Amino acid sequence: MSSFRRDKKEDEDGGNMFVSLEKTTILQEARKFNDTTVNPRKCTPILTKLLFLLYQGELLTVKEATDVFFAMTKLFQSKDVVLRRMVYLGIKELSCIADDVIIVTSSLTKDMTGKEDIYRPAAIRALCSITDATMLQAIERYMKQAIVDRNSAVSSAALVSSLHLTKLAPDVIKRWVNEAQEAINSDNIMVQYHALGLLYHIRKTDRLAVTKLVAKLTKMSLKSPYAVCMLIRITAKLLDEEESLNDTAMIEFMEYCLRHKSEMVVYEAAHAIVNLKRTTSRELAPAISVLQLFCGSAKPTLRFAAVRTLNQVAITHPSAVTACNLDLENLITDSNRSIATLAITTLLKTGAESSVDRLMKQIATFVSEISDEFKVVVVQAIRALALKFPRKHSVLMNFLSAMLREEGGLEYKASIADTIITIIEDNPDAKETGLAHLCEFIEDCEHFSLAVRILHLLGKEGPKTKQPSRYIRFIYNRVILECPSIRAAAVSSMAQFGASCPDLLENIQVLLARCQMDSDDEVRDRATYYSNILSKQDKSLYNNYVLDTLQVSIPSLEKSLREYTQGSTNQPFDMKSVPLQAIPTSREEEHHKHKPDGMLVSAGPIKAAVSNKQVNYAEKISELPEILDMGSLFKTSEVVELTESETEYFVRCIKHCYAKHMVLQFDCLNTLSDQLLEKVKIQVDPSEGYRVVQEFPCPKLPYNETGTAYVVVEFPEEDLVGTVGTFGAVMKFVVKDCDPTTGLPDTDEGYDDEYMLEDLEITLGDQIQKVSKANWQVSWEEAEKSFEEREDTYSLSTFNSLEEAVKNIVQYLGLQPCERSDKVQEGKTTHTLLLAGVYRGGYEVLVRAKLALSEGVTMQLTVRSADAEVAELITATVG
Amino acid sequence: MEGSLLEPTLYTVKGILILDNDGQRILARYYAKNIFPTPKEQKAFEKNLFNKTHRANAEIIMLDGLTCVYRSNVDLFFYVMGSSQENELILMSVLNCLYDTVSQILRKNVERRGVLDYLDIIMLAIDEICDGGIILDADPSSVVSRVALRGEDIPLSEQTVAQVFQSAKEQLKWSLLK
Repeated sequence: MSSFRRDKKEDEDGGNMFVSLEKTTILQEARKFNDTTVNPRKCTPILTKLLFLLYQGELLTVKEATDVFFAMTKLFQSKDVVLRRMVYLGIKELSCIADDVIIVTSSLTKDMTGKEDIYRPAAIRALCSITDATMLQAIERYMKQAIVDRNSAVSSAALVSSLHLTKLAPDVIKRWVNEAQEAINSDNIMVQYHALGLLYHIRKTDRLAVTKLVAKLTKMSLKSPYAVCMLIRITAKLLDEEESLNDTAMIEFMEYCLRHKSEMVVYEAAHAIVNLKRTTSRELAPAISVLQLFCGSAKPTLRFAAVRTLNQVAITHPSAVTACNLDLENLITDSNRSIATLAITTLLKTGAESSVDRLMKQIATFVSEISDEFKVVVVQAIRALALKFPRKHSVLMNFLSAMLREEGGLEYKASIADTIITIIEDNPDAKETGLAHLCEFIEDCEHFSLAVRILHLLGKEGPKTKQPSRYIRFIYNRVILECPSIRAAAVSSMAQFGASCPDLLENIQVLLARCQMDSDDEVRDRATYYSNILSKQDKSLYNNYVLDTLQVSIPSLEKSLREYTQGSTNQPFDMKSVPLQAIPTSREEEHHKHKPDGMLVSAGPIKAAVSNKQVNYAEKISELPEILDMGSLFKTSEVVELTESETEYFVRCIKHCYAKHMVLQFDCLNTLSDQLLEKVKIQVDPSEGYRVVQEFPCPKLPYNETGTAYVVVEFPEEDLVGTVGTFGAVMKFVVKDCDPTTGLPDTDEGYDDEYMLEDLEITLGDQIQKVSKANWQVSWEEAEKSFEEREDTYSLSTFNSLEEAVKNIVQYLGLQPCERSDKVQEGKTTHTLLLAGVYRGGYEVLVRAKLALSEGVTMQLTVRSADAEVAELITATVG
Repeated sequence: MEGSLLEPTLYTVKGILILDNDGQRILARYYAKNIFPTPKEQKAFEKNLFNKTHRANAEIIMLDGLTCVYRSNVDLFFYVMGSSQENELILMSVLNCLYDTVSQILRKNVERRGVLDYLDIIMLAIDEICDGGIILDADPSSVVSRVALRGEDIPLSEQTVAQVFQSAKEQLKWSLLK
């Protein structure tokens, strides 16, 4: 063997054998495996190279994999230890690609039960990777023996493999619980850890059993630090789920673990304690002081772990973390930038209003030294701080503008600009200074996309300031100095001023006239377009073509136009047939925010537009056989759950609204492993006026798979008020009992069954698409002439605050709040909520809700809509 | 704050990685199917990870939703990845085990060339450290004793008693067979 090593070194010159390997050559070489006498000295390097290729990400076809797999089985003839072990690795790697892998079962079983201890553990793991549910029963006896084997490696391998197999055959593994129980008493630390993992996995659905397990093990003092960590996690989960639990013993166990000799366990316990929902300040104190100690550790990982946990705690218990402020400030200069950034953001979270100035000074020196990604994290923390302490906006704004002037990449600059924009939107006092900083920034900004965005913002916000004229200079400077895309944006921005500020109109027209001589087509076109509209002096034209831009979803518009040009109709293109742009819901924004501090994210592909989800649904529905032609999809509502999440069948409904129809999409999940459902259909019992038009049952619903059934209903034609109602729903299906391990039905005969679902509400919001109006007031005034108006007064006694009322009204009506009227200023007793949207069929709706707080909330609701019935509907359903 | 308590599971390690000093992959094992399912995504992640870590000797970094602990020597970079909520010290113990195991196998000459020379043994060692994301063993000498390394390949001083015993037994067996 040693001579083989030397040979290889001489022949191949150390490692060069792995340079520029080709899949085909290796597969060719692998034919050597079939030689009558196996030569380990030749075969081992070939197998190593093959595995190296697979680990590099090379993909084999099923045929290639099967061929090489079969050749590999010949190597079992050799007694060479390394070769045999490499064969196991090869088996594991190929088992998911190749066919008929069970062929090696008997060879592996022989190795697993043989005398060679060096083979047995690895053979068990290889065997379990090729085993399926039926084969498992054949080796069950051996596995049970292996779990309690005296050799710890064998026992560990068997336990770990069992855990892998629980996905495949949970019921079989459950029968091994006694063996696992025995293994937990093992002297070997890893066996103990693996046994606890398996035991918990088997029992985790049975809370009583888990409680008993925890009670027993916490007294036993496990040897393995890994096992103790696992036990802490189990205990913490129990404590968090069961409020009323008699918990003193468990809490004591956690506190005891804070004094464990292994740092791993101490950290795990501290982390668990601070994250428990029920933790009181008395329990928190020792955990925090442990973390504080870790902050001063020499090991970067330990400091990192501590500061990351403190960062999380800063959200829930900011006061507890203030004790560590001094240690955290020391970490700002840490050589590991992740640690320093986490420390900064933690300090920013816990900082009091008075300490903001001092902190910002400290950050200023720090920021110049770190890379862009970390700067972005810091900027985000500053944004949170600005929202928390609005009065400090001038300090923070100065700081941000200083950061803007420094060198930095697009992402970093964009995040600063975003932060300034957020501060402007949130805090009216900061608007003028914020805009001034941004104006200064675009004077010298090398990122086109950012300059365009800021110009757009200036166009929207500038006209509303006290002195709009001062922004014109900044904007016109761009026209003189920049590239075409920025010039075009500047032209649009100026037009906004022209439309909103009559006294500036004349000057703007002069500037636009100059722009019409521009060398770029787009700039010239825009200038001509705007100067024409502005010369008409017509408010409604301004509103529709300058201030409010196109509301439709761009991908849908593209699709509709393509279809239109391909079809041969003489009809003009109807803009109303294009679905509107869905406004991202706050949930998606929150999802975006839910990122731990200090996490770096590499720039991936830009997320597909929100509306794509809707386009996908529309495509799926249009692919249903013989579906009615309903026009284009108008709106898709949020998912509604029609069952509790832990029932036999899990059903969710998504409502898709069309002009005259509604498609109910039912996503059903079968959670019973011994049942196969067929012909699953949802029978709805619609409210009066509705008519069920078509039903599309789901043909087959096997265990743990989601199937979809559709029901198409037609809206009541005459009575719009009747469109808001409640549907009863029952799921009907044919049940076939089946074998849980294979999923094959026992008999061909099934029986009918049904399952009651919760009622389905069809609300007003399902039929209304949100539309954002940049200049709501103008639209409102204009609507006075042409639209129908309805007005009514309501007393909303269930709400105790204006915020609550606003939130509920927005949600109920499904309209978009405009001009940031969804934010109620603190301490006020009256509020006006401005809403806009479009009703199905393309009827525009504007709503003004005047709210007053006095023992409940009183609301005066004024609705203006293009259609009288729609206005009627809204006033009728509210209340 | 939801979900900051750790789920009790043995599936701790999301990936183990050995790169050379050009950022090229020598060995990579990804254990969770849902993260970086395709080789292309893996390579992109590795490139990014290498760029962020090869100069800063900082031991730990959070990248693309993963906590990565790392250690380098001469022309090699060793990484162990886990979820961003994972106990970093557990990951560190795995990394230390990986490094010390490789170091023992290569008799302290932890270099790219050595790793490639003993690639088969190192593959076996990684397989003994982590099985499908579960930490199988975190004690380097125990891992070394489990991989099929012949007695003469490690110096006597670094062998455990069991290993010496094992090799003695084997030699005896061979001499009897002759």
